[in-house]
Amino acid sequence: MTNQTAWNAALAEEIIAGYKDIQGATLPVLHALQDAFGYIPDEAIALVARGLNISRADVYGILTFYHDFRRSPPGRHVLQLCRAESCQAMGGDALADHVRERLGLDWGETRADGSVTLLPVFCLGLCACSPSALLDGRPLGRLSQERMDALLDEVAP
Amino acid sequence: MSVRLFVSRDAASLAVGADEVAQSLAAALRRRGIGFDLIRTGSRGLFWLEPLVEVETPAGRLGYGPLQPSDAEAVAVSILAGGAPHPSLLGLVDEIPYLKQQTRLVFDRSGKIDPLDLAAYRREGGYRGLAKALALDPAAVIETVTQSGLRGRGGAGFPAGIKWRTAAAAGGGQKYIVCNADEGDSGTFADRMLMEGDPFVLVEGMTIAGYAVGANKGYIYTRSEYPHAVATMNQAIARARAEGLLGPKVFDSTFAFDIEMRVGAGAYVCGEETALLDSIEGKRGQVRAKPPLPAVSGLFGKPTVINNVITLASVPWILANGAEAYRDFGYGRSRGTMPIQLAGNIRYPGLFEAAFGLTLGDLVEKIGGGTASGRPVRAVQVGGPLGAYFPPALFDTPFDYEAFAAKDGLIGHGGVVVFDDRVDMARQARFAMEFCAFESCGKCTPCRIGSTRGVEVMDRILQGENVEANLALIEELCETLRYGSLCALGGFTPYPVMSAIRHFRDDFMTPKRRFVAA
Repeated sequence: MTNQTAWNAALAEEIIAGYKDIQGATLPVLHALQDAFGYIPDEAIALVARGLNISRADVYGILTFYHDFRRSPPGRHVLQLCRAESCQAMGGDALADHVRERLGLDWGETRADGSVTLLPVFCLGLCACSPSALLDGRPLGRLSQERMDALLDEVAP
Repeated sequence: MSVRLFVSRDAASLAVGADEVAQSLAAALRRRGIGFDLIRTGSRGLFWLEPLVEVETPAGRLGYGPLQPSDAEAVAVSILAGGAPHPSLLGLVDEIPYLKQQTRLVFDRSGKIDPLDLAAYRREGGYRGLAKALALDPAAVIETVTQSGLRGRGGAGFPAGIKWRTAAAAGGGQKYIVCNADEGDSGTFADRMLMEGDPFVLVEGMTIAGYAVGANKGYIYTRSEYPHAVATMNQAIARARAEGLLGPKVFDSTFAFDIEMRVGAGAYVCGEETALLDSIEGKRGQVRAKPPLPAVSGLFGKPTVINNVITLASVPWILANGAEAYRDFGYGRSRGTMPIQLAGNIRYPGLFEAAFGLTLGDLVEKIGGGTASGRPVRAVQVGGPLGAYFPPALFDTPFDYEAFAAKDGLIGHGGVVVFDDRVDMARQARFAMEFCAFESCGKCTPCRIGSTRGVEVMDRILQGENVEANLALIEELCETLRYGSLCALGGFTPYPVMSAIRHFRDDFMTPKRRFVAA
């Protein structure tokens, strides 16, 4: 389960201020905000820009370039399923189809009940135990459809 | 009696239940009133045997694996009887042929010690390289690295010594060492395993590089997909700093060096060195045009040595044992050892560090044991998503930069992904284009637009639409990508696409497939 606090501009400014003296702080700041709040709301863009003395356009450009950064809140659980070649060779495509159908989600979507967000990931470095995934940051390998179903029963009953 | 147990905490071991096995075994021993030390190590890289439990005996470590939590009682009984027969008992771990056949220079300690135990690291040979380096003139350190023949292990294979010399010669002032730990290729996990299993060797290698070129600051840029590696590296850096091995007086010398971790945000292209530098600078990870070379004008416009994890982690061994000893391993112009990663549909997946020169067939069939599914091997992708697909007909190709290039392939970062006969190579070619489109940084047109057009053309081929004409179009498009792209993402996407067409043309001609839209 991901545990983040609700968006709070004062806390965000405090976080941003902690990175003022770091060179090239944009990514560390965005990571810290996402770790704290689960996502980076549009309101944060101006705060980051002001705090790091860069333009809002720059912050927006960086925020939207990197696949990791989310601009809306994720579900209570985040499932990152590997779609890369090693996992494909071990039936990853069929597993992915099954998960998408079972959850009724396409890549990047969150269930309406807010239970789970499904994200594609291109390699977790767990290629020696494909197919693999991260569930709320927990590594999972040698995933069978049965094991995945058991996990999904817990996170999205 | 007291028992010493070793269980890996490598992310891949955790992914298959190492924590649960360790807990069950600990509980089983406790119930019997047996005292024990449980040491969490990195992984040996014998992943089909994970979760693997090792037990210290006078003869060496006995291994049990792969285990499940439910095996704990029986394994405890076997351990207490001094290694009594058990179906998962593997004998002495060092005698397992897969491990015994390897030449472990870089991964010697991984799986043996607690990765954050600095005393164990030093006991096992750590910091001998840096001690030797600090006794030498910086130029002599660069000369040693040059003489060793070490080439960049990230994929490009550029001689490390020449890169270092260029940065050293770039005048005084601020310089940087950047470790490229943005290991995004599917089928590769050597960087991750090293950072989780023996982080101090990377700290030591970067410190030597800093001393050699006159840099006082290092960055390690790794992936957000590697949270365990990030945590281990951060702790290792803090410990090295606390012990005076990083900081204003490294080893009580006048040399100052420190390291900072930086974490990417899910962009494959940031593994390209100039995109990586932009990302550390806090920008979009877009590729820079070269020249200038990073060694002349790199991070924040300063001279920067940027090397892969394995390149830097090879340096302490080279300094400790000498350039000659390292150069004695290898094949042709590829000197030393390469941690080859066997993955995908393979019976014995894992890390196999060996001198260059083994054939692809030996790696896949003899060492890897063929497919996990037991079906025939059909295709092997070497070098990640930008690497070529090799058919078994090319299995005599030796693992060497030049030999793979001669067969229109590349060894890249050493990833080997095996597919059985159920693979549809036309779909793999489509995936290569899709991946390029998804990950393109957008700076150059061939990659940004060509990849999307490539997916569209592949979709037409998959639907059996004007196949010959569309194949000709794909080949032309690949030509444009190959020669017109700014970096290897667009430039090398043609490798998997063209190799699939060249070696597996039937898959493109017969519409046997179920077309699956992404």
